[in-house]
Amino acid sequence: MIHIAITMIILGIIAGIAGAILGLGGGIIVTPILTLLFGLDIKYAIGASIIVVIATSSGSTIAYLKDEVLNLRVAMFLEIATTIGAISGALLTGILSPKYLYILFGLLLVFSAYNMVKKLLQKNSNVKEVTNDRIATQLKLNGSYYDKAAKKQVNYNVQNVPGGFIVMFGAGLASGLLGIGSGAFKVIAMDTFMKMPLKPSSATSNLMMGVTAAASATVYFFNGSILPYIAVPLALGILLGSVIGSRIMQVLPAKWIRAIFVPVLFYIGINMLLQGFGVKL
Amino acid sequence: MENKDNKMRTEMNQIELIIGKILRIGVIISATIMIIGLLLFLITGTSGYAKNYIPSNFKTIFQGIVHFKPYAIMMLGIFCLILTPVLRVVVSIYSFYKEKDKLYVYITSIVLVILIFSLFI
Repeated sequence: MIHIAITMIILGIIAGIAGAILGLGGGIIVTPILTLLFGLDIKYAIGASIIVVIATSSGSTIAYLKDEVLNLRVAMFLEIATTIGAISGALLTGILSPKYLYILFGLLLVFSAYNMVKKLLQKNSNVKEVTNDRIATQLKLNGSYYDKAAKKQVNYNVQNVPGGFIVMFGAGLASGLLGIGSGAFKVIAMDTFMKMPLKPSSATSNLMMGVTAAASATVYFFNGSILPYIAVPLALGILLGSVIGSRIMQVLPAKWIRAIFVPVLFYIGINMLLQGFGVKL
Repeated sequence: MENKDNKMRTEMNQIELIIGKILRIGVIISATIMIIGLLLFLITGTSGYAKNYIPSNFKTIFQGIVHFKPYAIMMLGIFCLILTPVLRVVVSIYSFYKEKDKLYVYITSIVLVILIFSLFI
């Protein structure tokens, strides 16, 4: 028993650090390990994964008393889309075949990974030219943050709010339908569609994932999909790891974050495509 | 006018710090409960229930806590953890209200209503 607990805590710390840096829920790391390596039933793996998502989110929220990187207005505005999406997804389970969703999102991920590679190859990958956007201004979504790696204050504008909103709805739908945090899509919606810099995108995604996951977590909690001896040590490890991870994220150059993010996106994207086409690995 | 702005800014800073502390306390409480449950589970070597049984409704969980059953305490810790993002939304409404940002008081309230609604489906 004790070695399971210790293994879970260590797995949690690693997933928490990675999740907080990239704005991912960590479920994408934990679920395959639990099912493939530990032979855990997928039902319990999903239950553990949803707790992992919340722990990553809450851990990175409390890393700083005041989070200067996060954009709270963007988070709350887009949260309307993700929570409605999550509920629709939960209601659609059993009606809509997740197969098409897997394929659709797999394609989106691979496309975004390709976009990010292009950006990595460009010089000054951090600077984005964004013109003033009417909707973004009305909703007061433009923001600024202090970049600890570049040691300067970065002001940014966001654009294409409707596009971001739609992708967020899709991200919520995927959350509800597939029981994932869909952090990768949230980062894409903000970074690729709304042209928000990567650090605030990642920090904002972390906050949003917790709120989205909370909507479906109670369902898993009450239907007995949460195994305490797995979920509890995992959550404790994640809390610790994500506090560490979000501190690392702020001092890490954005280019590095992108370089770690790209292979992860390719990996998840191809995995989802294979799932959609019914290929079992 | 400038004085007023400054005062507002210090007040907002103060509020953000308090919110940060509230969230920290929330997470620390749930982590503490989980640690107690986990230690009890590892020391006693039993979940407190029959094999493969998981207490997953409030009644069994609270009855279990009274009898110091490890699984019941662990589940309570998990439930508190699930509530921490909801707490984040609630304190954000307060923060926008103090900032006199009506639009975002509404937007954040809509998110809270959707979250509450999700509990009943």
